[in-house]
Amino acid sequence: MPFRADVLICMGTSCIENNSFEIRELIQEEIKKHNLEEEIRLVSTGCFGFCDAGPIILVQPDGVFYQRVTEKDIPFLVEEHFLKGRPVKKLMYTPPKEKVPIPKLAEIPFFNQQILIALRNRGLIDPEKIDEYIARDGYAALAKVISSMTAQQVIEEVKASGLRGRGGGGFPTGIKWELCRHAGEERNEVRYVICNADEGDPGAFMDRSIIESDPHSIIEGMIIGAYAIGSHQGYVYIRKEYPIALDRLNTGLEQAREYGLLGDDIFGSGFDFDIEVHRGAGAFVCGESTALMASLEGKAGVPRAKYIHTVEYGLWNKPSCLNNVETWVNIPVIINRGAKWFTRIGTGDVSESPWGGSKGTKVFSLTGKINNTGLVEVPMGITLREIIFNIGGGIKKDKKFKMVQTGGPSGGFLPEELLNLPVDFDSLTKAGSMMGSGGMVVGDEDTCMIDMAKYFVSFLVTESCGKCVPCREGLKRMKEILERISEGEGKEEDIELLEELGFILENGALCGLGKSAANPVLTSIKYFRDEYEVHIREKKCPAGVCKELIEYGIDQEKCNGCTLCARKCPTDAISGEQKQVHTIDTSKCIKCGICYEVCRFDAVYRK
Amino acid sequence: MNKENHSVTQKIVEKWGARKDCLIEVLHDVQEECNYLPREILTEVSEELEVPLSRIFEIATFYKGFSLKPRGRFRIEVCMGTACHVQGADIILEAFERELGIKVGEMDENMDFSLDVVRCVGCCGLAPVVTINRDIYGKFGPGQVSAIIEKYRSIPKKKVDIEKKYKEIKRKMKTENG
Repeated sequence: MPFRADVLICMGTSCIENNSFEIRELIQEEIKKHNLEEEIRLVSTGCFGFCDAGPIILVQPDGVFYQRVTEKDIPFLVEEHFLKGRPVKKLMYTPPKEKVPIPKLAEIPFFNQQILIALRNRGLIDPEKIDEYIARDGYAALAKVISSMTAQQVIEEVKASGLRGRGGGGFPTGIKWELCRHAGEERNEVRYVICNADEGDPGAFMDRSIIESDPHSIIEGMIIGAYAIGSHQGYVYIRKEYPIALDRLNTGLEQAREYGLLGDDIFGSGFDFDIEVHRGAGAFVCGESTALMASLEGKAGVPRAKYIHTVEYGLWNKPSCLNNVETWVNIPVIINRGAKWFTRIGTGDVSESPWGGSKGTKVFSLTGKINNTGLVEVPMGITLREIIFNIGGGIKKDKKFKMVQTGGPSGGFLPEELLNLPVDFDSLTKAGSMMGSGGMVVGDEDTCMIDMAKYFVSFLVTESCGKCVPCREGLKRMKEILERISEGEGKEEDIELLEELGFILENGALCGLGKSAANPVLTSIKYFRDEYEVHIREKKCPAGVCKELIEYGIDQEKCNGCTLCARKCPTDAISGEQKQVHTIDTSKCIKCGICYEVCRFDAVYRK
Repeated sequence: MNKENHSVTQKIVEKWGARKDCLIEVLHDVQEECNYLPREILTEVSEELEVPLSRIFEIATFYKGFSLKPRGRFRIEVCMGTACHVQGADIILEAFERELGIKVGEMDENMDFSLDVVRCVGCCGLAPVVTINRDIYGKFGPGQVSAIIEKYRSIPKKKVDIEKKYKEIKRKMKTENG
């Protein structure tokens, strides 16, 4: 007998942290209690992408979306919705402004403006069951390729689709495949395909989410790629910080082997291919292709100069084709629906060369001071404004938008004036930032640009592998200068010096990460020069972030003397009787920020 | 050299087919087993894999995921990703340093806690994030630091295995689904 309803529960990392396992168990119990076992089925799915609303439950077939569900809501939810058929309003998503709950997932602005290609199966299937992937046309592209297409035809199709590398560089995937195939053919060599799942950019988590919610789509993409370039061995290089993703990927590989989709003689075609998984060990630079390959060989992940590309001499000095998780995931869809369909989404014209535009969609992880944090997949060419204000729901607490940072440590900051910028590879690069892997961190009026620039430079200083001088030394000097500015010791000529160092880095560093390392600093100067000047000349931090330049204080009007801040203060710097206005002794204050955090009346300020 | 350790090394090396290119994987497993990379085990790995010890130390010091010093039974890692940074990760780190009386990269006297930073755990929706072993704490603030330290300190000293929880639930789910 078919089930009356399916209850889909998100089992992504964020929701698990918010007790979605426990909630699942509880629902199971409640269903049993009401004798609904034959009518209601529980399904664990991967990440829905709306991480801010977790834990998430979706009830199908009606499409009712519940968010921020807690354990104590469960008995009521099960009784009301599944027994009495009345959806529970208080657990539905309510936009901060309208205050009217939206019952269905398909009607929530966060979801209904997205086009899903890479995330096509998110929240729909159980990532640990290959049959569910197959039911959603999984492995159909592989079957089509192996049974009816030559390797060259596959390459032509991918080229025609205009697909460009989603890891950040934006190199046309089809061209890469072709180069790799021919490099191997000439020398009659072994070739490798590699999946880069070493998502090092802080603030980006689409790869984790894709692997957690749909591991087979990566496996299928890689098999097709291997067939096209003529490889028999693949590798996935994944961060060790993603244990759940690793686990699901391994499960997926086992299932694919069981079904004869990996291993010898796939589909009886005589084509052999298998995939091995390697864990990273916490080095940002290993996201760079040559460093990643060195790491796969069991060495320290240090990049080399790329006069000779890795498609010719890569892993073990053999032709190697490395693509990012999101790129691989796009492949089966392109094969299934055709390059023509794919080129309808996006910008530019790729009929002559894949460099002519940005086609398809891109997944962004939207985080920072924004209402709807999560993963969004949008067509290329959408504006930043649409992403941040329509899908992202605007800035938290209705504060003023200040900047959005795209592309992680290799990207840059974009100011309010550029909110109408279309998001594609070429426009972002022109603005001084880059697509990168798709991290998008939003800052509001309380975000200090000097602090942000310092943050990225400090990140890169600790992650620099140390091989080339501009990166190793140049970044250190930049960090010192930025620290000086943030401590009120900045000098007039500092800005020019930073720009000069940035120029040297851009032109003199060895690898792509080094060449782009100055982008955060350069764009912060380009668009927020006045903020640098205020720090240097007036020794002030307008955003109230740089510790040396601010002081904490208590607003006499707002303080009602609840004593909470005084009790929490680690240095006893706050004094005041109960129900009396409190004061902060600035000589004792270490600016730890605890009083600011704990005050429920917004009485503590910093300026 | 005690015998038990020796068998651990051999078991791990064998698991990876004694392949030199799997050195990083071997070190991961050693660290999972021992909580850090003890020198004597690395010497054995060097012999088993026929990789010079100097190369192994190169790897162990290059990658931030490895530790050559023993670590506390609870490994506190404060996420320093961008999303966490804009929401005040550095003041959380300072609060931990103050509360534990140690600096980043150190361990407290009772060997209860070691404090580290991590570059983005990929839960940016929960920023700021702190992880303690495999537990993830989202929307964290400096005001919660002392309470959480007390919570872990009061856990009796036996092997704490949070990963087990995940595995157990998974096993349960598998049996449910047949």
